Amino acid sequence: MSPRRRERERARARERGAATASGAAPVFAALGDETRLQLVSRLCSGGPASISRLTTGSHVTRQAITKHLEVLAGAGLVRGVRRGRERIWELEAARLGEARRWLQEISSRWDEALDRLRQLVEE
Amino acid sequence: MALSSDRIEKQIVLKAPRARVWRALSTGEEFGTWFGVSGLKGAFTPGQKVKGNITHQGYEHLSMEATVDQVQPEKLLSLRWHPHAVEADVDYSQEPTTLVEFRLEEVSGGTQLTVVESGFDRIPVARREKAFLRNSEGWAIQLQNVERHVSQAA
Repeated sequence: MSPRRRERERARARERGAATASGAAPVFAALGDETRLQLVSRLCSGGPASISRLTTGSHVTRQAITKHLEVLAGAGLVRGVRRGRERIWELEAARLGEARRWLQEISSRWDEALDRLRQLVEE
Repeated sequence: MALSSDRIEKQIVLKAPRARVWRALSTGEEFGTWFGVSGLKGAFTPGQKVKGNITHQGYEHLSMEATVDQVQPEKLLSLRWHPHAVEADVDYSQEPTTLVEFRLEEVSGGTQLTVVESGFDRIPVARREKAFLRNSEGWAIQLQNVERHVSQAA
């Protein structure tokens, strides 16, 4: 690789790095709070829940919980769906991302296994 | 891979006769060789429960259990199992299974194998998201590190 090309590659890598870092920043900011982390954990383990359910057992007020959920929604981590008079909150991007990553892992294990199958039957 | 949250689909053409591929799929010893499981024996039969030990490095403490579903020689083999059952202390027996289907078709130059694993959407959300939960704990620790670093720098 020529020095000029190497420099161009480096510049591109820096741009990519910057883009990733700034893209992740709102997520980090949103999770940088004890209450919000707990809300995410709760939605993680318990699935979608209403504000009343999320407020139960918490010493934080319903209004404060709503505000925290809105911050999380702003970072694309949760989303509120209106159901009747209540809003039900559920995990959004992270949930989908994780499910996808999980499938990806199983998928790549299949690729490896099928490679070995190929070696076995084609030998 | 199909872009679905419920299924994984793979298709490959193997340069081997259909009978050869069928043998590699439908007999325990041969299946174990490429899938990475020891202790499987004989030809698979419908309804049969099979159990073996995973031989992949790092996963040797795990066993693989499956129930044979359909066996249509040189056409279709299907199994049910618990996907990605990688935690030795978790009892997966009460969880729903995924269905794995191997379909064979003769094509020019060999045998086309289609593998479909489906039913992922029925797997408990809690299990799928366990990794995320670990990540969010990781994030909390990372944030503490950043905070410590920043406050030292100030």
